[in-house]
Amino acid sequence: MRILVVEDDHIISDGLRAGLAMSGATVDCVATCADADAALAASRFGAVVLDLMLPDGSGLDVLRSLRGRGDRTPVLLLTARDAVADRIAGLDGGADDYLSKPFDLDELSARIRAVVRRASGRAAASLEHGGIRLDPGTLTVTVDGATVTVSRREFMVLAALMERPSVLRSKSELEDRLYGWQEEIESNAVEVHIHNLRAKIGKHAIETVRGLGYRMRAVA
Amino acid sequence: MKSLRVRLFAILLLATGLIWLSAMAWIYLGSRREVERVLDNRLQEAARMVSSLVGAVGGPDSDGTPRTFQAPMSYERQLSCQIWSIDGRMVARSSGAPERRLSDAPAGFSEREVDGETWRVFTVEEPEKGVRVMVGDRLGLRERLVTDLIMGLLAPALLIVPLLGLLIWVSLGRGLRPLRLMARNLAARDADDMSPIDAALAPTEVRPLAAALNALFLKVEAARRHERDVTAFAAHELRTPLTGLKTQAQVALAATDPDVTRAALRQIMAAVDRTAHLVRQLLDAARLDAATEARPLTDVELGALVTETVRTMRTPPGIRTVIDPELRGFTIRGDPDSLRLAVRNLHENAVQHMETGTIEWGRRPEGGGVFVRDEGPGIPDEELPHVTKRFFRGRHKSATGSGLGLAIAELASRRSGLSLQLRNRSDRPGLEAEIFRG
Repeated sequence: MRILVVEDDHIISDGLRAGLAMSGATVDCVATCADADAALAASRFGAVVLDLMLPDGSGLDVLRSLRGRGDRTPVLLLTARDAVADRIAGLDGGADDYLSKPFDLDELSARIRAVVRRASGRAAASLEHGGIRLDPGTLTVTVDGATVTVSRREFMVLAALMERPSVLRSKSELEDRLYGWQEEIESNAVEVHIHNLRAKIGKHAIETVRGLGYRMRAVA
Repeated sequence: MKSLRVRLFAILLLATGLIWLSAMAWIYLGSRREVERVLDNRLQEAARMVSSLVGAVGGPDSDGTPRTFQAPMSYERQLSCQIWSIDGRMVARSSGAPERRLSDAPAGFSEREVDGETWRVFTVEEPEKGVRVMVGDRLGLRERLVTDLIMGLLAPALLIVPLLGLLIWVSLGRGLRPLRLMARNLAARDADDMSPIDAALAPTEVRPLAAALNALFLKVEAARRHERDVTAFAAHELRTPLTGLKTQAQVALAATDPDVTRAALRQIMAAVDRTAHLVRQLLDAARLDAATEARPLTDVELGALVTETVRTMRTPPGIRTVIDPELRGFTIRGDPDSLRLAVRNLHENAVQHMETGTIEWGRRPEGGGVFVRDEGPGIPDEELPHVTKRFFRGRHKSATGSGLGLAIAELASRRSGLSLQLRNRSDRPGLEAEIFRG
């Protein structure tokens, strides 16, 4: 999953980039309202972590314009103040959740997963399809009960496909979810990940629709 | 004297006593004069009366001894009368009168010592009758008369003084009751109760005190509000580096890649440095706030102060610091500790907002004072009035700033009775800060 972190403190955003990457996310960081608006207009993110106090304005403005465009990307607010009024304004402004600084990195990851899950309309924390079970909390994949070891990127590809198993995901869409802006992408990276995944979870689990993309094979 | 009541009592009693004493002295002197006048008149009258009788008395007895006669009135204890012939023989004397001649004066008043007593004598000369009539009384008696009079006045006064004292003491107690009431109300207050005293209820004399107390309450309340605000801001400002620390620490703990761990640890070091810096600035600000009494101002040599202060600070390799040699030997009146703090924070602010370039310290062209110019982005004009507020962080905020540096610089300048002025450079982007007396 790709997450946008809007935070002006360099040490925090750097920690979030590293920390969220460990829980299987790709993180892009911006430090100002203007950059956040631009990033949200240009790319789709799985979730946004939004600090309220930004150098050129309030995170609430970013949230408002995001919701104003009809964008329903889950947003989690970070507040440094304990003011209840801030949280109410944030939640009423369209935020899905909030955390007070200093927060726990694991809790932040769990809350991001929760808001993403809620946004996709699922109740269960794990994704299941045709004997394949994927747990985003622990980054584990089991096939018919047996644990399969996958890399972080492979997990992200599989998660993207299993979120809505019948929907086709194009190669560029998958690349978008796998890699942040600064990351170098090998032209056949997605193919390599799909190839490795097939070797681990079963040759026919993922279906290739030539020229369009990939999806999970329908369960008979 | 600690007690207002005792003090007032002493003053009132002393004043009353003094007035009383002067009144006594006046009465004494006045009475003596009056007594003297009355008694002199009596002497005169008595002498004339006797002399008018002399014709009937006639010459001395045939045997030559002076006759004694009963004075017409019962004067014997006070007045004595002698009748002498012009040629110097005593013709007659009243009973109890001394035998020695009372006066040598031919006529009128005179005084003379006879038998150890001073006599005041009035002499009437009757040349046609050939006699001198002398009537006198003893001055000692006169004195006793006046003393008795004064004693008669003094005795009741001495009895009254303790009564008067008691009355003054009780009245003072009643008069000072509003003060006591106010004190009791104040003493019964909660430490947090900063509501003003109702000055209208206080007596006129105490009203300035009540007003001063109310003003003090306002000041204390403002100081406490300020303290609360600063504490809240400080807590907020400390949360950011703490959040960074915690996040990076969790990354370092969870990471399996040693490169990630090392990077996280480096960030932790940076966050600790920043937190330490913030804590130092909070302490500096608190210390400046706490220094309520004015520090003694001395002549501070600015060249040495700036050079010393800048030398102890870490400046990144891309930044050059130039200190105008004109600053050497140039002094400004101020508190050296506060000035050092101001210089350090201004320099730090400049360093934080520059990647590369020159920081220039120099002497203000007009009047006394020192300036520092940097080559950073400057401060947007609309933010200039706010940047010296605590924890204000503008658009060009630096990654490591705390929002306290310029506030400390301003506060520290004020502690030396100096002003801090910030403006954007006219020749190029950058901030120019000046410390001067004005």
